[in-house]
Amino acid sequence: MPDTSRSNALVELRTISKHFGEGAARVDALSGVTTSVLPGEIVGLLGPSGSGKSTLLNVIGCVTEPNTGWMRLDGETVYDDRWMRRDLRRLRLEKIGFIFQTPNLLPFLNSTENVAEVMELAGTSSRAARDRAREQLDYLGVGHRMAAMPSMLSGGEAQRVAIARALANGPRIILADEPTAALDSERAAVVMDLLRRVATDQQAAIIVVTHDSKIFDRFDRILSLRDGRLAAANGAA
Amino acid sequence: MNLALRDIRHNLFRFTLTVVGLGLLLGIVVAMAGIYEGALEDALRLPRASHPDLWVVQPRTMGPFAEPSRIPRDTRELVRRMPGVSEAGAVAFQTVQTTAQGRPVRFLVQGYEPGRIGGPEVIEAGHGITESHYQIVADASSGLNLGDQVALGPYRDTYTVVGLTQGMVDSAGNPVAWLTLLDAQALQFPVPPALERREKAVGRNAIPTADINAVLVRLQPGVDATTVAGEIERWKHLSAVPQSMEETYLTKFVIEKMQRQLGMFMAILIVVSAVIISLIIYTLTMDKLKSIATLKLVGAPDRIIVGLILQQALIVGAGGFWLGVALTGATKDYFPRRVLLVPGDVAALFMVTVVVCLLASVFAVRAAVKVDPARALIG
Repeated sequence: MPDTSRSNALVELRTISKHFGEGAARVDALSGVTTSVLPGEIVGLLGPSGSGKSTLLNVIGCVTEPNTGWMRLDGETVYDDRWMRRDLRRLRLEKIGFIFQTPNLLPFLNSTENVAEVMELAGTSSRAARDRAREQLDYLGVGHRMAAMPSMLSGGEAQRVAIARALANGPRIILADEPTAALDSERAAVVMDLLRRVATDQQAAIIVVTHDSKIFDRFDRILSLRDGRLAAANGAA
Repeated sequence: MNLALRDIRHNLFRFTLTVVGLGLLLGIVVAMAGIYEGALEDALRLPRASHPDLWVVQPRTMGPFAEPSRIPRDTRELVRRMPGVSEAGAVAFQTVQTTAQGRPVRFLVQGYEPGRIGGPEVIEAGHGITESHYQIVADASSGLNLGDQVALGPYRDTYTVVGLTQGMVDSAGNPVAWLTLLDAQALQFPVPPALERREKAVGRNAIPTADINAVLVRLQPGVDATTVAGEIERWKHLSAVPQSMEETYLTKFVIEKMQRQLGMFMAILIVVSAVIISLIIYTLTMDKLKSIATLKLVGAPDRIIVGLILQQALIVGAGGFWLGVALTGATKDYFPRRVLLVPGDVAALFMVTVVVCLLASVFAVRAAVKVDPARALIG
C-alpha cells in the first residue's frame, strides 16, 4: 500500500511497529510509524533517549526486523507484515550506506582499503575498487590521507573516510547515527556539507539521527519520535 | 582483499609472539616424532646391518632382540648345509659396561665369526677384526678412538680398538661393538682364572659352554625364505625367523611401549596446542567483534568473516608448525639420541595441526557468526 503521492520515495514505511519482550516486560519501541524519504532529501530524526530513533534506524537499515507494517527501500519491498526478505546483507551492501557516531573504521585497514573493501564485497575488482576509493577520498577532501591507518587520522578525517566508505557502492539510502556528535562545530558543518553534496549529486535519501541542535537547520525535514510514535513532521528549518 | 593478512600486519608483534610460542610447543611434538623414528631406526640398524634373510634361534623363541635364545655353536654348520642357504654366521649378543675416555660407556657387544655374516656393515675408520682375540670394532658414539685400549668383562681383559663405525646403536641408544665370537663367549660365560687353570690341568676345555644366541642366514638368490625356514624348523628343531618378522618382533615388543609413551606425550601436547590456538583465536576474534559487526552491517557475508578467522587460525598453526620443524631440524644433532625427521611424519603432523586449527576456531567462529550487526551502531 504505497503512498502514491510520494511514489518515487526511496524509503517508504507504513504502520511499522516493533516491540521487544512479551507480556509485562513488553516494550513498544515503534508504534505505527509511517513516513517516506525522497531522493535528494535529508531528514533529521530527533527524539529523546528511548524514543525509538535507533530502532527505527535499525529497521530501515534492515538490521532489525519489525513486527508488523510494510517497508520498501529503493523500490524493493523488504517487509510486508511478518514477511521479511532473506538477502538483507546484499540489500545493505548495494542500497544502504551507514555512517556511525564514531567512524567504526576497520583498524587493520588503511583509509583506501576501508573504502575499497566495501566495493570488493559488492563484487568490484580489487584494482577498480582501489581506484574508485581514491577518487571517493579525494571527493571528500581526505585524498592526502589515503595510506593512513585509522589510528593516525583526526576525528574529522576519520569521519570523512567513514562517509567515503558509506558512499562506496553508490547507495541510494544513507543512514547516519549522530554523525557529528564527536566533532566540533566547524567539522560538523563540513560533514553536513558533504552529506548535502551527496544528497544532491547522487540523489540519495539521507536520514540523520541527531541530538546536535547546531545542525537542525541543515535538514529538509525533521521527524520527531516520542515513545515510538512519530510526533511531528516539520519542514526545513 | 585479504582481511586476515591485513589484521595480522596490524597486530604483527602479537601474532609473531603467538607463532613463536606455538612453534616451541609444536617443535616438541615434532621432536617427539623424530625421537620415535630415531629410536626405530636405531633399533633396526643392527639387525639390518648384516642383511640376513633368516634368524635361526632357540626353538619357540622369537629371536635375540625379543627374548633370550641359546643354541649350540655347531648349529651354524648344520644350517649352512641346508639346501638354499648361501651363508651362515653364528652370533652372540650381550650388554657390557666399561669406561671410555674416563666416562662410563654401555655397549651392546655382538660376537661374530670374522669372514662370516654378522660383522659390522661399514667401517668408517680403521679396519675389521683380524686377530682371534682382543680386538674390538666399536661405534664412534662410544667416544672411543682408534688404538684405544678398553677393558671388558669381570676380569678386565684389554681390547684394542681397530675399527670405528658410525651411527650403530641398539634400541636403547647404546653403541654397538663387535668382538670375535670366541671373545664374546668368553665375556658372556667368564671362567674364573683358578677354574681355568684347573680345567686346563685336567685337559678339559676352559670355556664351559660354546653356546651362541643365533645364526644369521643369507639365502641363495631366488630361494623362498619361508620354505627354508620351514625346513629348518622341521628337520633341525629350531626356530627360523624371517628378517621381516624379526624386525616386527623388535618394533612390536621392544619399542612399542616407547612408541605409546611418546604418542601419549604427543597427544597431550597437541591438545595443549589446540587449547592455546583456540584461546588465541578466540581472544583475537573477541577483540575484533566491533569490526566484525561493522563488516556484517555493511553487507559482508558470513563466509568472509568465517574465512578471516579460519585463515588466521591456519596461519598461526602453520607458522608455528613450520617454525617448530625448523627449530627441531636445527637442534636435532644436539639431542643425546638420534632424532629422525621423516617427511611422512612431518606431513601427517602438519595435517593434524591443520585439523586442530580448524577445530580450535569453532568457538571463535560461533562467536563471530552470532554477532549482531546492530552492535556496530552502538557508539
